[in-house]
Amino acid sequence: MKPILECRGLTKKYGSTFALYNLNIALERGQIIGLLGPNGSGKTTLIKLANGLLRPSGGQILINGSEPGVETKKIVSYLPDRNYLGKHMRVDEIMAYYNTFYDNFSLERASGMLDALSIDPRARLSSLSKGTLEKVQLILVMSREADLYILDEPIGGVDPAARDYILHTILTNYNENATVLISTHLISDIENVLDHVIFLKSGQLVLNASVDEIRTQHRKSVDALFREVFKC
Amino acid sequence: MPWELDNDRPIYLQLMERIQHDIISGVYKPGDKIPSVRDLALDAAVNPNTMQKALSELERNGLVYSQRTSGRFITDDEELLKNMKMQLATEHIRQFFEQMHQLGFSDDETLQMIQETLRREKQ
Repeated sequence: MKPILECRGLTKKYGSTFALYNLNIALERGQIIGLLGPNGSGKTTLIKLANGLLRPSGGQILINGSEPGVETKKIVSYLPDRNYLGKHMRVDEIMAYYNTFYDNFSLERASGMLDALSIDPRARLSSLSKGTLEKVQLILVMSREADLYILDEPIGGVDPAARDYILHTILTNYNENATVLISTHLISDIENVLDHVIFLKSGQLVLNASVDEIRTQHRKSVDALFREVFKC
Repeated sequence: MPWELDNDRPIYLQLMERIQHDIISGVYKPGDKIPSVRDLALDAAVNPNTMQKALSELERNGLVYSQRTSGRFITDDEELLKNMKMQLATEHIRQFFEQMHQLGFSDDETLQMIQETLRREKQ
């Protein structure tokens, strides 16, 4: 089986600066992978390339063997790092919108999660707090039966209790063959749910290892290793 | 409730220890069926693959066995369970003595203190 996401010599330049340089990685299926790196290390650039929002300056990025496009968007469920929803809509309207747009969206699953987080389906998005809006976006993304979930900073704006619920949501909703790629700064909060971590530094790969390999080898948590590698 | 896990040791090892502990403390009885990997992973708030690894290791040690269709069970080999209990007890004692050494107490002094403490508590 082809890797669900593969980068071959992937390079992205903005003007004369390299946001990513000669990146080679392949993500396996059925894993939860942390995409970690300091600000400006290229995480969001990589994610945008995977979703076809940017084009590579060199090399290739392949989703299930194909370049990002209509077919790959069917199997990738993407949570951007900013709000992209029309604020005038109500929660149930946006759910219905997603349900029409994506074949693999489960309205039932979405309603269940709204209930669990006591979010009123009739509320207008413009009336929601920042944290609640983030929860709604995550619900939309996790209610799809996708092969690859790409979550850009999914837990940044929510309180610790909601963070636990979100991690629980991710664990319950991805199926055994799906891969979840999560970019975040809050490593210690999510370390226990990750299989694998990828460290990016100035657009280059510095580490690609499993969480328990890191703990066995360095006798410290991924969070502690991150602080060491990226010490300012 | 997520399980309490240390930061500096492999997660699967800690999951194994926790399950062993649950077996000894009677949360699981010999021959009991244990929850599915997924349910255990959710309960512990850890990655299902990591939980899978922990269970496979326990299976290798013989503490847990799986039946193809019906799931995983705690062994009913009392001898094996007794050995595991002794092993864990020995480990605790070893760690205790190590800590006492760090505080500057010899083995004899430590033993004496244990006896005194027991005597005082009985009074």
